[in-house]
Amino acid sequence: MDLYEYQAKELFAAHGVPTTPGETTQSVEDVEAIATRLGTAVMVKSQVKTGGRGKAGGVKFAPTPQVAAEKAKDILGLDIKGHITRTILISEAADIAEEYYVSYLLDRSNRTFLAMASKEGGMEIEELAVERPEALARIPVDALQGVDLAKAEEIADAAGFPAEVRDQVIQTLLKLWETFVSEDATLVEVNPLVKTPTGQVLALDGKVSLDENAEFRHPEHEAFADLAAENPLEVRAKEKNLNYVKLDGEVGIIGNGAGLVMSTLDVVAYAGEAHAGVKPANFLDIGGGANAEVMANGLDIILSDPDVKSVFVNVFGGITACDEVANGIVQALGILGDEANKPLVVRLDGNNVDEGRRILTEAAHPLVTLSDTMDAGADKAAELASTGV
Amino acid sequence: MAIFLNEQSRVIVQGMTGSEGSKHTRRMLASGTTIVGGVNARKAGTTVDFDGSTQPVFGTVAEAIKETEANVSVLFVPPPFAKDAAIEAIDAGIELAVIITEGIPVHDSAKIWAHACAENSKRGNKTRIIGPNCPGIISPGKSNAGIIPANITGPGKVGLVSKSGTLTYQMMYELRDLGFSSAIGIGGDPIIGTTHIDALEAFQADPETEAIVMIGEIGGDAEERAAAYIKEHVTKPVAGYVAGFTAPEGKTMGHAGAIVSGSAGTAQAKKEALEAAGVGVGKTPTETAKLLRSLLG
Repeated sequence: MDLYEYQAKELFAAHGVPTTPGETTQSVEDVEAIATRLGTAVMVKSQVKTGGRGKAGGVKFAPTPQVAAEKAKDILGLDIKGHITRTILISEAADIAEEYYVSYLLDRSNRTFLAMASKEGGMEIEELAVERPEALARIPVDALQGVDLAKAEEIADAAGFPAEVRDQVIQTLLKLWETFVSEDATLVEVNPLVKTPTGQVLALDGKVSLDENAEFRHPEHEAFADLAAENPLEVRAKEKNLNYVKLDGEVGIIGNGAGLVMSTLDVVAYAGEAHAGVKPANFLDIGGGANAEVMANGLDIILSDPDVKSVFVNVFGGITACDEVANGIVQALGILGDEANKPLVVRLDGNNVDEGRRILTEAAHPLVTLSDTMDAGADKAAELASTGV
Repeated sequence: MAIFLNEQSRVIVQGMTGSEGSKHTRRMLASGTTIVGGVNARKAGTTVDFDGSTQPVFGTVAEAIKETEANVSVLFVPPPFAKDAAIEAIDAGIELAVIITEGIPVHDSAKIWAHACAENSKRGNKTRIIGPNCPGIISPGKSNAGIIPANITGPGKVGLVSKSGTLTYQMMYELRDLGFSSAIGIGGDPIIGTTHIDALEAFQADPETEAIVMIGEIGGDAEERAAAYIKEHVTKPVAGYVAGFTAPEGKTMGHAGAIVSGSAGTAQAKKEALEAAGVGVGKTPTETAKLLRSLLG
């Protein structure tokens, strides 16, 4: 789960990483009061989970509370790369003498963690990494040893931080590591880490991604979820413990196993090229135990998506038995009744496939078409979606 | 022959007494796996009956190895306890630890891997880890360590390595007439033990394997690295498949590792890397199976 900047800064503050004070709001009315409370010039910052906020006009300086309110009016509702600004952060504006960069992240290739640091912060780090790779220090961090004082010194010195900020940067690196580990983060990034004219080092902006697999030891992280900003179908699916992602096509997809479902999306998109360019409408993995209730919940969500014109159910019965899946489909259609109003193409293979196909053939539901193979099923579903458009 | 797992493998199950563990222990036994016991500290000294096969429960992996000469452990331990269970297996010197558990925090997986590396270099132990979040490995007709259904196909000449479980099953089904030397699901998490390259190396060395299918998916650069490895070291025919062309950037598609950030890790980049290494890449699993058949001539 990616956090908003203000949430990342809350975690920084909780772990002793120096940052600038601030408050969030969703309403222009609050802005003057917040800026007055802060008592300094402020930055008004759009809270969206994407980069390039500054360039898009989502980050503005305001010398007075009145100006802050004006800027807030412009920023609230601002669309930044498809992300609508619903929340703004009003934070103390710091004078900046120098900008740096520090981060910890997961290094998949080397199956460990990585520290990255640069005394040239501020710009997009991906650009820096490409244009001036020598300016970005990369230090592997052993998962068992972590970042101790010696490792923090190694990182700071590899990046060549100036002597007058070295100790502060090292302390920041230690506290960020504590944040990274104790919050089960997969990314902790400060960009920019700044030096103020008085020589103070501050985290002015931050990015944190939390590991959802670690939720069992962080019940408090649930509060970071912003359900209002999520797709309502995804929220409903999550409530039913379904692994669902909304996409922008017309063919609803249900399958079992993440890899097979991803593959099904591709095969449908590929088949769609011959059928008016229809595409998959969603990712939905019903997992191993595909019983009637799970199937009904899944179908319910997919059929309530107005973009969906047809549905492709693609199940390979490995551990799951196809007759259970077939019964699930029949019962689900029974439960949904008139709400089930879009054609379904069903492909079953594997465990008890003959029995599964027999059940669907005998049920003879007018909306259901059986398909023998994944490729043929994808083609049929794409065709049905394109003629129904 | 087969890779990593064969008829001599003596398998214990960590978490054998749990619901998933007992269900799959029964299935593994039914497919002919030599299971010699289970591990659960709270139930040490008891036994569990699986359709006539009585399995002893040991308090620790070390004790199980001492009593049964087990060399493989399959882990069905829930996420909060999986790290300690895996480290226990490594410390006991198990040769192969297959971690089926889904949902292990990545900080824990990183520690398991770091610990395995440290122990392997310190003590000369050679614990191979498969997973986590994987279906395990099957050498049909010999042994089955994990949850791959044994009834899809039998022994044969194809070697299969895949990040995904159900795509493993689908591909075994597509090539069921040819059969498999071994099929291994390495898991879709960001940090895993055995990689595509490890499996490719072993299949290349395995005389029973005549051709290899490699299935990848979006995220990370494992497929790109495997492509470079194939170009240098693999002379057997390889057919490839990559899932996730339509997955949008920044969205997790079920596998925690299957997430694309920026331009790295896209299916297109992986496909191109494999093709540049001379590996034919199918557009669908069925097309990939056809490709493999044509390579076998």
